[in-house]
Amino acid sequence: MTAADVQATVPPRRRPSRTLRVGLVLVGLHLGIALLTLVWLPYDPTGTAGTRLEAPSWLHPAGTDRLGRDMLSQIMIGSRIALIVGTGAVLMGAAIGVTLGVLAAFATRFLDDVLAAALDILIAFPTLLLAMLVVAASERPSLGTATLALGIAISAIVARLSRILVKRVLRQDYVTAARTSGSSWPGIVFRHVLPNIWPTLSVNFALQFGLAVIAEASLSYLGLGPPPPNASWGRLLQEAQGTVFVAPFGAIAPGIALVTLVIGMNLLADGLRARNDPTQR
Amino acid sequence: MGALLEIDGLTISTGGKVLVRDLSLIIAPGERLGVIGESGSGKSLTALAVMGLLPGGLRASGSVRLDGQQVVGAPERQLRALRGRAAAMVFQEPLTALDPLMRIGRQLAEPIRRRARRDGAALTRSALRAEIARLLDEVRLPDPARLIRAFPHEISGGQRQRIALAMALACRPDLLIADEPTTALDVTTQAELLDLLRRLVAERGMALMFITHDLPIVAQVSDRALVLRAGEAVESGPVDRLLRAPQHSYTQDLVAAARRFDDALEGRG
Repeated sequence: MTAADVQATVPPRRRPSRTLRVGLVLVGLHLGIALLTLVWLPYDPTGTAGTRLEAPSWLHPAGTDRLGRDMLSQIMIGSRIALIVGTGAVLMGAAIGVTLGVLAAFATRFLDDVLAAALDILIAFPTLLLAMLVVAASERPSLGTATLALGIAISAIVARLSRILVKRVLRQDYVTAARTSGSSWPGIVFRHVLPNIWPTLSVNFALQFGLAVIAEASLSYLGLGPPPPNASWGRLLQEAQGTVFVAPFGAIAPGIALVTLVIGMNLLADGLRARNDPTQR
Repeated sequence: MGALLEIDGLTISTGGKVLVRDLSLIIAPGERLGVIGESGSGKSLTALAVMGLLPGGLRASGSVRLDGQQVVGAPERQLRALRGRAAAMVFQEPLTALDPLMRIGRQLAEPIRRRARRDGAALTRSALRAEIARLLDEVRLPDPARLIRAFPHEISGGQRQRIALAMALACRPDLLIADEPTTALDVTTQAELLDLLRRLVAERGMALMFITHDLPIVAQVSDRALVLRAGEAVESGPVDRLLRAPQHSYTQDLVAAARRFDDALEGRG
């Protein structure tokens, strides 16, 4: 066997693509910061730590806000909130969405049509309006209502996507083959359907995560997110709005935090898409 | 001995359009029947109807008795018990017949486990491994250690089709339904697979329902043949007679076409 033969038969060790690596680093950075806030913060994010509207300095790398609170500490808390809301919303959206999608794919024609129409209406509904409804129904905004609202919005998108994906898998010969050898429907769903829709779904989850982070910032910006003292990036941006010409860094710093996490999630999604496709290995 | 498969007056229709009309056929245990017809003649639908696997929107009427049990209108539970044991199936397209995300070993393990459960037998890990190795050997696939760890896209079409065959055999069916299993393969691989199929059917005493549009292939693997055209049986009988002295004009056309093709290959005509 020549060296070329060996190379042809032994697949090269798979290294994560650059996209995936950058995505992992950015998301990992935020995850690390979020975990760090559980045990350590530079300053008390709710207490006065310096004079008002300080420019970035060694003492306050992201400056201070108009009450003299340390911005970096608040932004770090913001990472935690963004990740909690994003994870919660995606988990909820995945659980409800995939279940609905599988049920719709197996349902009778009529039920399937009704479900599909309901999902389309829900998707056409602006997320912010939906969130306002949820907040209004629960009387006051909180971390929970924001997560719930985004979770509902995501579940509709996930349900519609998984319904189509499940139907596509169910048409495959290997599903028919499994049935010809006496496999039951639940067995087929867990053995063939879920693994085969996972690559596409996981990419969508990562994308939805990024969108949920933006949506949470929008909700907080509008005052519909977790209330103070939870320092959500959206609320930091809103608070910095009035002083943006005096102290521009107050808006830039949370903006950078938001953008890095969302870009990280999108890169992660793109990297996963390439990696999850076994034919591209 | 009674018939293994007895189709009587099977009609398959969808929304007023009749796809298979009043089809009747019988397969005795160990018998090999070829079903010939062009695309859209209802061959594959007939096969699916035998398994009780017609797609939604298609309605079957008439009678399909598989191993003495009525399939038409039977509840899913009853059909599931019948599938695999009474009949198993191999499909046309080797690329889609295997789950692309599952290693070959796991795919093969599934029907083996199901059969063990069906027979109420305990299946140890080593027994499972031995059975997988035996099946791979039975379909003449070398290098089982590598194959078991491979994904479907990493092996050739012919190998995939042999795996699909092994999965069907793992159920130990009384009847094997092969729906154009060689159509997507090149001629050499085709010949090998047909050879394998013929030998396995003989060794196991399995009945075979071989569906194809290719007349010469039917002559190689079956004793009797049925010619389908636009959902209706036009002629049936022993393969030799069908090829030598076709009665129906459609069968005559098919035989003549195959002969012309052979002649062209050999430079005659």
